[in-house]
Amino acid sequence: MIGGLFIYNHKGEVLISRVYRDDIGRNAVDAFRVNVIHARQQVRSPVTNIARTSFFHVKRSNIWLAAVTKQNVNAAMVFEFLYKMCDVMTAYFGKISEENIKNNFVLIYELLDEILDFGYPQNSETGALKTFITQQGIKGQTKEEQSQITSQVTGQIGWRREGIKYRRNELFLDVLESVNLLMSPQGQVLSAHVSGRVVMKSYLSGMPECKFGMNDKIVIDKQGKGITTDETAKSSGKQSIAIDDCTFHQCVRLSKFDSERSISFIPPDGEYELMRYRTTKDIILPFRVIPLVREVGRTKLEVKVVIKSNFKPSLLAQKIEVRIPTPLNTSGVQVICMKGKAKYKASENAIVWKIKRMAGMKESQISAEIELLPTNDKKKWARPPISMNFEVPFAPSGLKVRYLKVFESKLNYSDHDVIKWVRYIGRSGIYETRC
Amino acid sequence: MTDSKYFTTTKKGEIFELKAELNSDKKEKKKEAVKKVIASMTVGKDVSALFPDVVNCMQTDNLELKKLVYLYLMNYAKSQPDMAIMAVNTFVKDCEDANPLIRALAVRTMGCIRVDKITEYLCEPLRKCLKDEDPYVRKTAAVCVAKLHDINAQLVEDQGFLDTLKDLISDSNPMVVANAVAALSEIAESHPNSNLLDLNPQTINKLLTALNECTEWGQIFILDCLANYTPRDDRESQSICERVTPRLSHANSAVVLSAVKVLMKFMEMLPKDLDYYGTLLKKLAPPLVTLLSAEPELQYVALRNINLIVQRRPEILKHEMKVFFVKYNDPIYVKLEKLDIMIRLASQANIAQVLAELKEYSTEVDVDFVRKAVRAIGRCAIKVEQSAERCVSTLLDLIQTKVNYVVQEAIVVIKDIFRKYPNKYESVIATLCENLDSLDEPEARAAMIWIVGEYAERIDNADELLESFLEGFHDESTQVQLQLLTAIVKLFLKKPTETQELVQQVLSLATQDSDNPDLRDRGYIYWRLLSTDPVAAKEVVLAEKPLISEETDLIEPTLLEELICHIGTLASVYHKPPSAFVEGSRGVQHKRISGNAVSGESVESPDNGSAAGVTEAPPAVIQSHGDLLGDLLNLDLTPPTTTGPPPPSSSGMQMGAMDLLGGGLDSLLGGDLGGNPAMGAGFGGPPAVMPASFNAPVGGGLDDLFDLGSGVGMPMGAFNPPKTVWLPAMKAKGLEISGTFVRRAGVIQMEMNLTNKAMSVMTDFAIQFNRNSFGLASAGPLQILTPLSPNQSIEAALPLSTVGPIMKMEPLNNLQVAVKNNIDVFYFSCQYPISMLFVEDGKMERQVFLATWKDIPNENESQFQIKDCHLNSDAASNKLQSSNIFTIAKRTVEGQDMLYQSMKLTNGIWVLAELRVQAGNPNYTISLKCRAPEVNQCVFQNYESVLKN
Repeated sequence: MIGGLFIYNHKGEVLISRVYRDDIGRNAVDAFRVNVIHARQQVRSPVTNIARTSFFHVKRSNIWLAAVTKQNVNAAMVFEFLYKMCDVMTAYFGKISEENIKNNFVLIYELLDEILDFGYPQNSETGALKTFITQQGIKGQTKEEQSQITSQVTGQIGWRREGIKYRRNELFLDVLESVNLLMSPQGQVLSAHVSGRVVMKSYLSGMPECKFGMNDKIVIDKQGKGITTDETAKSSGKQSIAIDDCTFHQCVRLSKFDSERSISFIPPDGEYELMRYRTTKDIILPFRVIPLVREVGRTKLEVKVVIKSNFKPSLLAQKIEVRIPTPLNTSGVQVICMKGKAKYKASENAIVWKIKRMAGMKESQISAEIELLPTNDKKKWARPPISMNFEVPFAPSGLKVRYLKVFESKLNYSDHDVIKWVRYIGRSGIYETRC
Repeated sequence: MTDSKYFTTTKKGEIFELKAELNSDKKEKKKEAVKKVIASMTVGKDVSALFPDVVNCMQTDNLELKKLVYLYLMNYAKSQPDMAIMAVNTFVKDCEDANPLIRALAVRTMGCIRVDKITEYLCEPLRKCLKDEDPYVRKTAAVCVAKLHDINAQLVEDQGFLDTLKDLISDSNPMVVANAVAALSEIAESHPNSNLLDLNPQTINKLLTALNECTEWGQIFILDCLANYTPRDDRESQSICERVTPRLSHANSAVVLSAVKVLMKFMEMLPKDLDYYGTLLKKLAPPLVTLLSAEPELQYVALRNINLIVQRRPEILKHEMKVFFVKYNDPIYVKLEKLDIMIRLASQANIAQVLAELKEYSTEVDVDFVRKAVRAIGRCAIKVEQSAERCVSTLLDLIQTKVNYVVQEAIVVIKDIFRKYPNKYESVIATLCENLDSLDEPEARAAMIWIVGEYAERIDNADELLESFLEGFHDESTQVQLQLLTAIVKLFLKKPTETQELVQQVLSLATQDSDNPDLRDRGYIYWRLLSTDPVAAKEVVLAEKPLISEETDLIEPTLLEELICHIGTLASVYHKPPSAFVEGSRGVQHKRISGNAVSGESVESPDNGSAAGVTEAPPAVIQSHGDLLGDLLNLDLTPPTTTGPPPPSSSGMQMGAMDLLGGGLDSLLGGDLGGNPAMGAGFGGPPAVMPASFNAPVGGGLDDLFDLGSGVGMPMGAFNPPKTVWLPAMKAKGLEISGTFVRRAGVIQMEMNLTNKAMSVMTDFAIQFNRNSFGLASAGPLQILTPLSPNQSIEAALPLSTVGPIMKMEPLNNLQVAVKNNIDVFYFSCQYPISMLFVEDGKMERQVFLATWKDIPNENESQFQIKDCHLNSDAASNKLQSSNIFTIAKRTVEGQDMLYQSMKLTNGIWVLAELRVQAGNPNYTISLKCRAPEVNQCVFQNYESVLKN
C-alpha cells in the first residue's frame, strides 16, 4: 500500500510530508526531488522506480504530489487516490497552489490522517468529510450527531447525510460533451468520438430516490418491443443513440444498471458528476475545417482555411477559435479573414483566428501568406494539425435527457414539485484537422 | 489567519523559544507553537528535542491540537521510545472516550507508533475496538491489526487478533468488511502458506455482497482479494464473473481494472464454447477503451495493462485500433505505449490506416518516439506480409529525409525485413549503401555490415565497404566487431579469390589483438573451420537461416500469466514480477492462472476457437534467437528494443548445441587446457587460453562439431543421461544450473547441480515449470536450505509429479523452467527423455496388443531407422526393459528377429512398437503405433539413445 505522501513546490521544497509505513525513510523525500523534480531531462513516466522504491506523481499547476511505496500496490488506485486528494483539497480551500497549501497545512495533515490509514484509502467523499473535519474543531457535538457522522462515513450512503432540508426542491442537469475529431487533409474522418458527462446539481430534501432516463438505444429498443405502434418504432429509430460505454458515480446502483439498464440512485447533495459516457457512432460534427497549404518556393507558404458550420441555422456557436500552426522560421504573416479577428502569435508559432458567434449552416474563410527565413535545417517542418475550439448549445452525440424522476416517500413533496433544469453544452475536445 | 507564516521562521534559538511557547498557559499560544513545530518537522528540521513539551500538550479537549500532537508522536516516538511511554495513558484513556471519532483516532495513532512498550499496551484497547458498537471504530481497528502485525507478527497471532479479523468479514457494515479484507490480504502475503484468507464459496458470497455497498476503495480491496480465489468449477466462476461485471461501469478506473483482473483470470476456467464466454469477451472491450479518456497518468497505467491483455487475448481489442492512435498533445509516455499496442493490433484489415499513422508520427519532434515509429513500420512489414512492399517504400522515403537517427533506425529494421523475406527487396541495397557514412550507432552499423555480408555477391564493392569498417576495428563495439568478423568470412566464402587478405586480417585482429573472449573464440572457430574444410565451412556459415517470427517483444508466457494476475498493480506497469522490485517476502509468491486442466488447451485443436489457437501457441520470440547457435550462423538478431523484461533464456535447441560444442572443443584440446570456466562466456565452458599457434585441428573434434547436423537439439537421453548445462552462468547473473532427469522406482526426479559463479551469496531458491505437454510439475519445493556462497556447488533433487497443467510444447518433451533466487528470476528450457514418463506397468497382454495394433489406423504408424547399433535382439530387449519398454513377444522370420513391445505414458497413452533386428546388420527398423502419433518422434529418439548407450 501507499507508504508515504509528499507535496512539493516547483523548487522541490517539501510542503507536506506524511509517512504511513516504516519502510519509507526520510531519504525518499530527497530521492524524488533529486531524481524527478530536479532531473536534467524531463521525466518520461508518471511512475519512477528509484532504488527499489516506486514514486507515483501528478502535477497540479506547479505543485507536485507524490505517493511512495515499496510494495506491489494497485497503481491505478494510487493515481485515482492522488486525483481524489486534489479534489478534496480543492473542495476545502480552492486552487491547489503553494500559498494555499502552506496556509492550510494543518488541515491537510488532518485530511491525510483521515482519508489514508496505513496507506489504505478510506472514505474520501468531501460531503462526508466536511461534516467532521473542519477548522473549528468538533467540540460541541451531541452524541446523536457523533454517531450520525460515523454511520455516514462508514455507511452504505457515505456521500449524503440525513436531514437535509430545502424550501424549494430544485435540480439542475448539465449535459456537457466534448467532441473529438481527427480528420485527414482530404476530409476523411480518422477518428471521432464524444466523451460526455452528466453533471447534476441537486438541492433536494431528505433522502430522495432518483431515476434518470435518456435516449439510450438499448433501453428504447427494449421498450419498443413491448409497444408495437409505428410511432414508437419511428421515434426510437431516429432519436436513440448508441452509447459505447458509460461509467457512473458511486451512488448509482451498478448491478441494477447491469441487469435492467436503469439508472437509479440517491444523489449527493450539491454538485457532482452523475455519469460519463462515450459514443462513436452518428456524431454530429459541428464544424468542418478545410485546409489548403501551398509551399511557394523555400521562403513562402500560402495557407487558406475554410470552416463550415454544420447544425441548425437557428442555433449559434460561440467562442470559436481556429489555430493554424506556422513554421518555426516564420518571419512575417499577412492575414485576411471574412469574419472575426485573426492574429499571428509569434510566441505560439500559430495564427489564431477568433470568431465570437456563428450560426449554423454558414461558411467562413481565412487566407494567409507566411514568409519564411531561409534555413539550413534539413529537417522538414512537421506540420502540426490545425486545431479548433468552440462551444455549441446542443449535444453532438445526440443524447437527450428523457426524464429524471424524484421519489421521496418520507417527506411530503412529489416528483411534480421539483423544479428541474436541463442544459446541453457541446465543446470541442481535441478537434484537429491535419494539413 | 494564514498558517504559511510557520514555514518562514529560521531564527537562531528557535527551539528555545518554541519550548517556552509550548509551556505557555494560553491555549491559543500553545496551539500556535505546536503548528510551528509541525511545520519545521515537515521541512525536515529536527525538532525531537521538544518531545516532552509537545507530549505535555496531548491532554486537551481541543481535537485539532490533539491531532497535531499525535502527528508529532508518530514521527518522533521511535527516536524517543522512553519518553513515548508518557503518552500511553492518554491513548488508553482516549480509547475509552465516549466520542467514537476520538476512540478511533487513538487506536489509529497508537498503531502507528512503533515502540515495543507501547504496542504491549495497545492489545487491550484494540481488542475492545474490534468489537466496538460503532462501525467507524471497527473499521479503524481492522487496519490497526495489520499495523500491529507489521510491528510484531507473533503478538498478533498469540493474541488471537487474526480470528477476530476473520470474523469481521461477516460484519454488517460494508466498510468494515472491506478494511478487514485489506488487512487480511496484507497479512496473508507475509505468510504465503498459511490458510489465513480461507476463501470458500460462503466467504466469497459475503464479499460479493459487500462489493455492491462499499466505497470505491473498498471495492478495490475486495476485487483484488477475489482475484486470488480459485473457483471450484466453471459454474462458480461464471457466477462470480456475472456479479463482478457491473463494476466495469464504475467511475473509478482502479475499480474497473481490478474487475478486469478478476474477469481475465476467471475466464480461463470457462469453456470456450460457452455463450457466456463470448459475451464476457465483448463486455471487456468498452471499459478498456474508456480508460483511455482518463487523466494521462491513469491512461499510462491502463495502456501498460492493455499491452498485457492484448498479448493474452488479442481478440478483445482487435477492432479498436483507432482509439490507440496518438494525439498530438498526449504526454510522451502515453504516446510510446500507444505505439506498442498499435503494433500488436496491426493486422491485414487495418494495416493501411496504421501505416498512414506511423508515417505521420515519424515526422514528429521527440526522438525516442520517432525512432519507435520507424521501428514500428518495420514490424508491420514483418507481421503483415501484404504490407511489406508499402512499408519498405515508406522506409526508403524516410531514409531520403537524411535525418540521422531516422536513417539508422530504418536500416536496423530493413535488416529484419530481409531476414523475413529473403531475395525480395534487395533492390534497395544500393540506397542503403549510400548512407554508410552517416551511421554512428553500433546497432545500425552492425545491421548494415550484416546486410553487406549477407548479400556480398550482389554488391560489387562489398570488399571495399567492409575494409573501410576494418580500419577502426578496435574502436568498434563488440556487436559491430562480431558482425564484421562474420560478414568478412561470408564474403570470403562467396568470393574467395579477391578477399583472402581481408579475411586473414580480420581473423588475426579478432584472435590476436582482442581481449574479448567472445570475439576471440568466434575467430578461432572460423579459422579452424576455414583451414580444415572450406566446404564444411560454407555449409555452416552460409547455412539457410530459419525464418524470424512475426511477433516481437512478446512477454514470455509464464511471466505473462503471472502479470495477468497482477493487473492494475505496479507489476503490470513495470512488466516485471513483484519479486523483481519488492524487498523481502512480501508479494514474492508467484501467482498463476489456474487453467482448466479438463478442457486442457493441449487437446484443443486449432480450429475450435481461433481465439485460443492464437494465444496458446508458444510464441517464438525474436529475442530468444540471439544465442550461440544463432550467432554462429550469424543470425545476429539483437533484440529490437530493451523496454521489455529480460528476454527468455535460450531454448533447449541452443542448449544442446552449446553442450556439443563445449564437448567438442574439450576433446579437441585433449583436455589438458583446463581454463577458468567462468570465462567462457559464450561457449558453456571452453578453455580460456587458446594457443595462438593452433592450426592443425584434431579430426575427432571437428567431427563432433559437425555432428551438429544430425543431432542438433537433442541432449541425448540415455538411460541416465549425463548432466547438461541448462542455464549458463552468464545468462543468470552468475547462477549456473546443469541437470538431468531420472526415473527411479516410479518416481521422476530432476537432478540439478546449482553453481554460484557470482560474487555474492545466493538464497531463497524456488522453481516453477511452465505448462508442458505431460503436465510435469514439481511435487515439492526446491530443497536448498543453505545459502549458496560464491564458487560453491550444490546438488538438488526435485521430485516431479505429472498432474500439473498441460500445454502442448514444441518439441513435445520441451520443459520451460523458471528459477528464482534472491537476485532475480531466470528462465530456461530443457528437454527430458520421454522414457521418464514410461510407467512400470506398461506391459500389455498379448491379445490386447494384437487387437490394439490392428485397431490403430495405419496413418498413425511411423517407421524409423536406428543405425549403427551392435546389440543382438535379447540384449536390446533387456536394455529397453530397464527403461520400462517391455517386450511382449518375439518372432523370428528368415533370420530377422521381430520384437513386439509396448510402453505406457503417465497420461495413459499406449505406444506399441515393432523392432526388427537382423543378425549382422547394424541397422534396426522400428515401427511405432500410437493413438497420439505426435509422440512417435520422441519415442524413437528415446529408443535410439537407450540402445546406443
